[in-house]
Amino acid sequence: MLSAIGVSKRYNAVQALDGVSLDLRAGEVVALVGDNGAGKSTLVKVISGVVTPDEGRIEQDGHPVRVNDPLDAQRIGVSTVHQDLALCENLDVIANLFLGAERHRWSVLRHIRMERTARDLLSSLDVRIRDIGVPVAMLSGGQRQSVAIARALIGEPRVVILDEPTAALGVEQTAQVLALIRRLRERGLAVLLISHNLADVRAVSDRIVVLRLGRNAGEFPTEGTAPEAVVAAITGGGSL
Amino acid sequence: MNLRDRDLGSWPVVGGLAAIAVVFGVLNEHFLSAENLTNLALQMAATGTISLGLVLVILLGEIDLSAGSVSGLCAVVMTILYVRHGWNPAAAVAVALAVAALIGALHGFMFTRLGIPSFVVTLAGLIGWQGLMLYLLGRGGTINLPFDGAVAKLSDTWLPPWAGFLLAALIVGIRTGSVLNGRRMRRAAGLPVPSGRWSALRLVGLAVALAAVAAVLSADRGVPLLLLIFAALVVAADLVLRHTTFGRHVFAVGGNAEAARRAGIHVTRIRILAFVGGSVLAAFGGILAAGRLAAVNQSSGSSDTLLMAIAAAVIGGVSLFGGRGRAYAALLGILVIQSITNGMLLLNVDSSVRYMVTAAVLAVAVAIDSLARRGQKR
Ligand SMILES: Nc1ncnc2c1ncn2[C@@H]1O[C@H](COP(=O)(O)OP(=O)(O)O)[C@@H](O)[C@H]1O
Ligand SMILES: [Mg+2]
Repeated sequence: MLSAIGVSKRYNAVQALDGVSLDLRAGEVVALVGDNGAGKSTLVKVISGVVTPDEGRIEQDGHPVRVNDPLDAQRIGVSTVHQDLALCENLDVIANLFLGAERHRWSVLRHIRMERTARDLLSSLDVRIRDIGVPVAMLSGGQRQSVAIARALIGEPRVVILDEPTAALGVEQTAQVLALIRRLRERGLAVLLISHNLADVRAVSDRIVVLRLGRNAGEFPTEGTAPEAVVAAITGGGSL
Repeated sequence: MNLRDRDLGSWPVVGGLAAIAVVFGVLNEHFLSAENLTNLALQMAATGTISLGLVLVILLGEIDLSAGSVSGLCAVVMTILYVRHGWNPAAAVAVALAVAALIGALHGFMFTRLGIPSFVVTLAGLIGWQGLMLYLLGRGGTINLPFDGAVAKLSDTWLPPWAGFLLAALIVGIRTGSVLNGRRMRRAAGLPVPSGRWSALRLVGLAVALAAVAAVLSADRGVPLLLLIFAALVVAADLVLRHTTFGRHVFAVGGNAEAARRAGIHVTRIRILAFVGGSVLAAFGGILAAGRLAAVNQSSGSSDTLLMAIAAAVIGGVSLFGGRGRAYAALLGILVIQSITNGMLLLNVDSSVRYMVTAAVLAVAVAIDSLARRGQKR
């Protein structure tokens, strides 16, 4: 439902993206993999309106759309969880979920409405936090990542982009977040997962898209693809 | 925000206040007298109001070193318009507050648009606005306010006992109503409702505290209007900070400005508004101080004022790192500082000792803040 077609982006001397295409579909988790500097984050920034591409276009359901700033991305239903979580650690879970999108009437906060929505959202995602009234600073890394992901759902998006969501997490917390990603798919969202960790990618994705030096370097259905083939595409070694 | 956590945050201050009351009460029988406690209430209103403005700025993780100078300058502006030019006092006050708003906007602009650290911008303000105040005062150096005029009356108006108690009852009634309403709405929304016994206990605590204040103050001249003004400002600021989008955004920017920006919050606007609010409250504090003294002079809003106001906010529990604290910090903090000052004056302790004791209290408060912050990090 959301496609990036022939996207190129140049940073001075560096050709970060060179004619890259990517296709996201509802109810599907696409893993975007590639070595450091392959252009993954740049592609995410293009789709989420943080940078404007030199060439290429974004299409939604086959129609070209403008994504010139993060608000445009929000409007077409793209929600991004950045690598650094961008939570306010001094605020509680509810306040973070609604950060910048507070429910209010004449700018008076509607605490009860927000708490109701927050509890419903968290329980529908099976995120367990004992007290959602404590500052986020008191939560574990996995819980914080879960809050950041849940927050991406507040605006009822159709596409959720997760940049390295498990990079800073331990084994158990990683499992928590992966389970959460599966639940996003069950909700019928299109999910783009950027990851370095091929084990995570194999565990949750339906399709793997490989970038190498700013170009498409292969696309594999996760099921039935040998890890070696993916690694070969990432490093550029071996057959394609 | 977790209310329980916040309330725990003010327990050290409340304990400190109790200790101060006991120590000075034992050392000097006059300290806890109705007359002295009334004086205490009068003494803390002006600096407390300035401190309230600083709470706003410190919550953003910034600082306003110009608050003292702005308070003095705006008091002088008000006095000149009122006394020299014979303006209506309300109009003079309004213009002085508008000047403060412009000054705050200028500081906020220099900080957000030109990227100068708030510390530096307001340090320049500290010096520059004091200079302007001295210039406006001219060679005379002192302007008296009429004793029976409206501004001086602010600190010489007292509620009769019945009004004091009625007001206390009214506040408890409103609070009870809002607690009950909150519980009803939470129940209706299927949200967990906090223990009724705890809520009731807190309401009883509030009732006892307010009744005690009304009784003590009524035993002297009555509840001073000055205290009511200060308390009303604190309550209003607390409501704005906790229950409006602006307040929520102040905490967000103070906690993580980058996260706030990415969430679509107008960080620059919030910052400028906070500096404007801080300056306006500082100016109002300065006007209250002028009214109490019935004069402005060259030491109006001197450096002592600024330091006490900052110390009060921090002692009251506002984190210098930004993002944590409540408006009530201004009230609790100024109460601590003013009690120490008042008690030491009663004991005839030299001001050198007073400064050192205040500094020690401030150091303890900052240490608690730093430890709390470290305890939160994982
Ligand atoms: N803001 C920028 N300015 C200059 N070069 C950049 C910038 N952002 C990314 N690059 C370069 O673009 C290339 C792709 O980066 P990036 O998209 O971050 O890769 P990845 O996320 O896959 O590690 C890298 O060579 C990087 O150095
Ligand atoms: Mg990256």
